Amino acid sequence: MKQAQNHTKNYLYAMAIDLDKCTGCGACMVACMSENNVPFRRDETDQLLSMKWLRVYKLTNGKAYPDHDVCYLPRPCMQCAGQHEGHSPCVSVCPATATDYDQNTGIVSQIYTRCFGCRYCMAACPYHVRLFNWWDPVWPEGMEKMLNPKVSVRMRGVVEKCSFCFHRFQQAKDRAYAKGKRDIDEQDYQTSCTQACPAGAITFGDLNNPSHAVTQLVKPDHKHHGRPQAPHAFRLLERLGTNAKVYYLSSREWVRKMGDNYLKNEKQAGSH
Amino acid sequence: MSTIDDQTTADVPQTPEDENGHPKHDPAPAADSNAPVMLSFIIGIVISLIIGWAVFPKLLYSQKTQPVNFNHAMHMDPEISAEGCASCHYFREDGSFSGIPKLASCAECHEDVLGESEEEARFVEEYVKTGKEVPWLVYARQPDCVFFSHIAHVKMGNMECKTCHGDIGVSTQTRVYEENRITGYSRDIWGKNIAGFKKNTWDRMKMDDCAECHKANNVNQGSVQTLRGGCFVCHK
Repeated sequence: MKQAQNHTKNYLYAMAIDLDKCTGCGACMVACMSENNVPFRRDETDQLLSMKWLRVYKLTNGKAYPDHDVCYLPRPCMQCAGQHEGHSPCVSVCPATATDYDQNTGIVSQIYTRCFGCRYCMAACPYHVRLFNWWDPVWPEGMEKMLNPKVSVRMRGVVEKCSFCFHRFQQAKDRAYAKGKRDIDEQDYQTSCTQACPAGAITFGDLNNPSHAVTQLVKPDHKHHGRPQAPHAFRLLERLGTNAKVYYLSSREWVRKMGDNYLKNEKQAGSH
Repeated sequence: MSTIDDQTTADVPQTPEDENGHPKHDPAPAADSNAPVMLSFIIGIVISLIIGWAVFPKLLYSQKTQPVNFNHAMHMDPEISAEGCASCHYFREDGSFSGIPKLASCAECHEDVLGESEEEARFVEEYVKTGKEVPWLVYARQPDCVFFSHIAHVKMGNMECKTCHGDIGVSTQTRVYEENRITGYSRDIWGKNIAGFKKNTWDRMKMDDCAECHKANNVNQGSVQTLRGGCFVCHK
């Protein structure tokens, strides 16, 4: 039993979202909330208080008709790797080791029982991904029986965020083990939002695997913190150096320029 | 507490004074006057220790008996359970673990009373005939935030069941299930020893026990923060 067991394969899970395909229908948000037992309120109109691991933003180019254009931008957790692997904005500030960067998967974890709710990570996150539970979740009667048993429910006073549906990775590993193998196929581990998107705008996979669709879509430059080399690919706030693992694709230049704070006539970072 | 005050006030007038009018300090009577204080202090410690080590654990854990007194040893007969533990505690096709068998598995053999045991007759009468699931108490139930993959350990890690669960296969009756009145978790998680000492690998099922083995075998040590096990390996 005491054999060397360092058989862990290094995955680097990432997501590419094609903003030209996204219609803003919100199916990804619904799928995410039901998959991850995200609590909701009777009145969800106050967006500041609503918990959404994945939020769809509406962008406009600010021009009058006929040049007016709209784009919807779904925003999950970016799973930042930072300038050196694991120096994610949130992970580096957490005093409780409640959030962590896993070198085996590239996923930023959040352990709710460890978190004591100081919310440093929320202040550090440049994407406003993290959410604080101001109340204990209350489910409409009978709905607590329909919660996903693979995801633990959070209590009042802790921070939560998108986990790239990590429980699905755990189950994918179990399925692979049942077949006697250790590697996980691309389709074995897909996030809930990816599968729910009716337009097929979201692509999810392992950046370390060149055959995965996400790698082919964004062509990451691993020597430069995974900077996308595909012509229409970009990341949010690229120049902050968060080394995010959620990539966006758009053929429209104004959308790509909205991904970061550019000066009026400045060229887009990493544009080709 | 009143004894201390009584002692000091009673002692003061009796203390002889020296030429300068200061009280003469005589070590022997002082030690005598401290004796009751020390004694009550020691008695206090002993009482606290007894409460902490013997009474409190008794109060902390409620004792529950399993709904059916199950005999593992009898079922481990190779003629009944050809595959050992996995005959009843098997893996499903998707790699998930079945855990404690459902009534349907038991009823495959116990449709009617097979032996002469009274307990079996009661089990058949109360559960099999009525189709009511047995409300087993799970000794090894972990908190909600814990993800544990049996297949990763048993099939891929070649571990034996008893490494974590003890040699349960030889038991002839179910033991008492002790539930922590505050947390609601089984005592098997914290361990029998209230001081936290551990003799066998199956004595405890706390996070440190998982981490200890993971570290020793270098499994999933991918955490950046702790340079040890990644949190999302065993948490969900």
